[in-house]
Amino acid sequence: MYALSAESLEKRFRKGKGKLIWALRKVSFSVARGEIYGILGPNGSGKSTLVRILATLLIPDGGRAWVLGYDVVRQPKQVRALIHRVSTEAAFFKKLSPLENLLYGARLYGLSGRVVGRRARGLLAELGIPPDRQRRPMEQLSRGQQQKVAVARALLQPPPVLLLDEPTTGLDPRSKREVQELVLGLRREKGTTILLTTHDMEEADRICDRVGILDEGRLVAEGAPWKLKQRVKTDGRPVSMEDVFFALTGKEWEDES
Amino acid sequence: MRAEAFSRPIRRELIAAWGFLARNVHLTKRYWGWELVWFAYSLTSSLAVAYIGLGTERLAGGGVDGQALTLYLLVGTLVWSYLSQIFYVISEMVAWERWEGTIEYTFMAPSSRLTHLVGTSLFAVIYGIGRTLLILAAAAAFFRLPLAGAHLPAAGLWLLVGSVSFVGFGILAGVMPLLFPERGVQMTNVLAALLLLISGVYYPVEVLPGWMQLLARGSPATYVIQGMRGAILAGEGLDQMARPLALLALGGVGMILVGTWAFSLAERYAKRTGRLKRSG
Ligand SMILES: Nc1ncnc2c1ncn2[C@@H]1O[C@H](COP(=O)(O)OP(=O)(O)OP(=O)(O)O)[C@@H](O)[C@H]1O
Ligand SMILES: [Mg+2]
Repeated sequence: MYALSAESLEKRFRKGKGKLIWALRKVSFSVARGEIYGILGPNGSGKSTLVRILATLLIPDGGRAWVLGYDVVRQPKQVRALIHRVSTEAAFFKKLSPLENLLYGARLYGLSGRVVGRRARGLLAELGIPPDRQRRPMEQLSRGQQQKVAVARALLQPPPVLLLDEPTTGLDPRSKREVQELVLGLRREKGTTILLTTHDMEEADRICDRVGILDEGRLVAEGAPWKLKQRVKTDGRPVSMEDVFFALTGKEWEDES
Repeated sequence: MRAEAFSRPIRRELIAAWGFLARNVHLTKRYWGWELVWFAYSLTSSLAVAYIGLGTERLAGGGVDGQALTLYLLVGTLVWSYLSQIFYVISEMVAWERWEGTIEYTFMAPSSRLTHLVGTSLFAVIYGIGRTLLILAAAAAFFRLPLAGAHLPAAGLWLLVGSVSFVGFGILAGVMPLLFPERGVQMTNVLAALLLLISGVYYPVEVLPGWMQLLARGSPATYVIQGMRGAILAGEGLDQMARPLALLALGGVGMILVGTWAFSLAERYAKRTGRLKRSG
């Protein structure tokens, strides 16, 4: 059984008077257990929409998707117990402290306050949020620090499947590495399956086993980073993931297969 | 093993309900400045209404029992302040989380929507009772209230049972911010104002035009306020009010069921159309 799979997922949104936007068009893919699967794509290509469907926050207009065998539309409660999500925007009660926010978040997952308090303090410290900051309102933290609290929220009780929507956007190089190491460590120690969207090509290359490239809602390519690089021709110069990105999402790309 | 399989999900939901309650307590603490302002506002507006009682006696030049009228108005304004408080806390549940940006995280959690609503409602009731008692205590210092004949336990019971209906109303109104991200909150305000108008908060409903009286019959606030006045002004006890109380409780439970059902439909609609949240 796959940890994540999607079959012909479709999602459209209504913009203004009767105008439809196709955010996803017939997207199919699957992610094995313990795999780190990256999703790359230009702004507005449908990455967050895909993540939201898997997180039961959006209902697709067509196709189906499963998390560890549970249908995201028909069995949302089971799915929710198996996933957590980190997104770019820091979604917190701004006047509450990181600890209060984490306490709230974790209780919704049935974790009692006693367990959470200890774990949260440790995890936040590990991510570089000093103890005095942990008790002050979120709004006093920098964006990067808030982002780290968001990561901590998802890891208080590491779920079998993690959905990371640009988790490292806005982080400095060191913090970015810390989060990446945390992700790799989770997979190594707990066998966590991770779906990750990112605009950082180097990050995708470094930590993803496979990546899928979305363009205007279509999955235009999929494969291990090194395989995708083979598909791109440069004149002798080493190929980077950035070349892959431009080649696969640009108009000049010609499909060879 | 089986007992545990049964009790674990319940334990989880209880923890989650407590999570909602505790979160609101934390928020109330962090926004204490606002709480103070809000309290002062409620107290002054309650006093302003209550003084109409003494004022009417003066204007009418006898024939009006000013103190009794003051108490009549004070019961109305306090009960309304309490019920509308519950209504707002619950109906703004969605709007507030959307504003903070936490809504997706709350809706993505495995705890059930009923737990979400129950946890929030519990907070609303406890908070509302505390706040109303404080206003009452403060207001009592301004008037000589003829409370000797009042049946206070009965009054408390009316308020408690009435809370149930208002929780239901709040849930029903909370659907609007889910459906209309921009205008939803204004619509709940309109609904609250309408309830205030038709429920006989400051006057007997009989003075309203016939069609409004018909509407008044559909508002739980009408019964709660009449019941409270019966208990406090006329000293009516439980024997007189068992039937209406039971009806009110039944209506309240029905309202919660309908509200929860409507909420789940609206949640589905919001997830279909991408209304939970737009950015990201
Ligand atoms: N809730 C919504 N309501 C209306 N349109 C939406 C909604 N969510 C997404 N869209 C539209 O769907 C398309 C895909 O958006 P999505 O957020 O999935 O892109 P993305 O790949 O995550 O972009 P980015 O890299 O900027 O985060 C965009 O055109 C966007 O405007
Ligand atoms: Mg996005």
